[in-house]
Amino acid sequence: MPDSLLFGTEVVLNGLMAGVLYALVALGFVLIYKASGIFNYAQGVMALFAAMTLYGIMVGQVPFAHLINAIFGTHIHHFGWEVPAIIAIVLTIAVMVLFAWLVQQYIFRHLVGQEPIILFMATIGLAYFLEGVADLMWGSEIKALDVGLPQGGSFWIEENTQWMGMGNENFYGFFLDQLDLIATVIAAVLVIALVAFSQYTKQGRAMRAVADDHQAALSVGINLNFIWVLVWSVAGFVALVAGIVWGSKSGVQFSLSLIALKALPVLMLGGFTSIPGAIVGGLIIGVGEKLFEFAIGPLVGGATENWFAYVLALLFLVFRPQGLFGDKIIERV
Amino acid sequence: MLDASEGYVTEDGRQIGGVVMEMKNITLRFGGVVAIKDISFDIREGEIRAIIGPNGAGKSSMLNVISGFYIPQEGEVFFHGKKRPQMRPYEVARQGIARTFQNIALFEGMSVLDNVMTGRLNHMKSGLFSQALWRGKAEQEETENREIVEKVIDFLEIQHIRKTPVSRLPYGLKKRVELARALAAEPKLLLLDEPMAGMNVEEKEDMSRFILDVNDEFGTTIALIEHDMGVVMDLSDRVVVMDYGKKIGDGTPDEVRTNQDVIDAYLGVSHD
Repeated sequence: MPDSLLFGTEVVLNGLMAGVLYALVALGFVLIYKASGIFNYAQGVMALFAAMTLYGIMVGQVPFAHLINAIFGTHIHHFGWEVPAIIAIVLTIAVMVLFAWLVQQYIFRHLVGQEPIILFMATIGLAYFLEGVADLMWGSEIKALDVGLPQGGSFWIEENTQWMGMGNENFYGFFLDQLDLIATVIAAVLVIALVAFSQYTKQGRAMRAVADDHQAALSVGINLNFIWVLVWSVAGFVALVAGIVWGSKSGVQFSLSLIALKALPVLMLGGFTSIPGAIVGGLIIGVGEKLFEFAIGPLVGGATENWFAYVLALLFLVFRPQGLFGDKIIERV
Repeated sequence: MLDASEGYVTEDGRQIGGVVMEMKNITLRFGGVVAIKDISFDIREGEIRAIIGPNGAGKSSMLNVISGFYIPQEGEVFFHGKKRPQMRPYEVARQGIARTFQNIALFEGMSVLDNVMTGRLNHMKSGLFSQALWRGKAEQEETENREIVEKVIDFLEIQHIRKTPVSRLPYGLKKRVELARALAAEPKLLLLDEPMAGMNVEEKEDMSRFILDVNDEFGTTIALIEHDMGVVMDLSDRVVVMDYGKKIGDGTPDEVRTNQDVIDAYLGVSHD
């Protein structure tokens, strides 16, 4: 097989892996948007906050250490213990549930029935507030998160795909990052679990009901507040998963919160209301931007990955505003 | 007047029981506007109770007070003899009061079957964990709930559309699906907000028959709102008549029909 074809295939495979990561972030958006009509700008910051909290708990950092030291003149930074990753993850989930409750109790409970733009502005405020709290709580330096996920290329895949070169001497098998592979598995499990949850459990049914019609949901005895806390908790959990994967890949730092911006074009493609849409949208953008960079990039001086997704999203907005899987927009007269 | 505390027997020979719900001196205001002014009445077990009145009389407001969507400024609500504390709509629903809406509130994105299934949510007790594992109790519960839902679907003759998304149904059928969802909850009190509004004659006849059958077959206590006098008089055992937020009549259809205040409210007299 010729070099370019083999290399192109590897680009597609890597694009798929990147797409899974985009999809993970987009998933969090879809969950909240479906159930409450809120476009949660803070989803990216939630991923950052979750990853920082996980790291902080694992290394035994004292939360708000700088604040405490400044007020009391002490010099404490660490508890002096380390927490195993699995326990730290459980504790972080608890923190995200608490966060969900606070958000619902003190912000969105008071904004029920408001215009979407007002809800959106509230989430922007929430994003910056949470970012500040995260820095104050855990410090703003870059942290190397290691929860034990394998990193580096997968030798097994390299060795077992070598034959596909069919005599091409430059080909040593496909290079795929183990972390990306794990992320793909995690994302698949997460999506299956979410779909099963919403289809087969009482709370999942109630969640779908609330997403559809608030009044009707109340009339069959659904506690809207509880469902919204649940939805924000699930979104917080998804943010944690995204935070772990991205944080393990490129460190826990401020730029993690910007992945939210990358999720936007994914949502435009997949539709704001569709869980499968978020996945497919993520994969299309992942593969699309890698292939575009590979094929067209050299002709225009590269760096097409920065804008490709947004241009694609723009085209979708013009020709298919509801996305690939979103609810069709029909104006009845 | 009917005020025997042990219930009464209707014209067609049905035994009506004690008081299920009692509204005492309810007053509801929106800012300066008085929607309901010092109204009292009761609903008895097994009866079909109607609230009628011209447009803007406060009928829907009254239904919303019963179902907890509005909170009255004054007055008390007694349910099964106990004073009801201030409750949110979902808490009222959990007490066994189901309702339909004048403008239909269905889950448009779900199938008919899924919509009716949501009526069973309050009867599902298994926790998240056992449901996740899908074993024993949760499975048995699901089967029981399905049986009741299928019975209701059969009863209201909507088997042929059970898998259809609600958004594709015509208006009359949507109203019937909404009734099915309310019935699936096996309510102690069923509230119907203008069940016949916007229907043609044939659909109205169907709906009337279903309401009577529901009451007959399941013994469900029903309170309904309607402004079509003719329909209400045939359907209900007792009628409350409202006008401008006040109660102007209460009794059997025959008593109400001959009440001078009611005649004035419907035909209109000059107030001078």
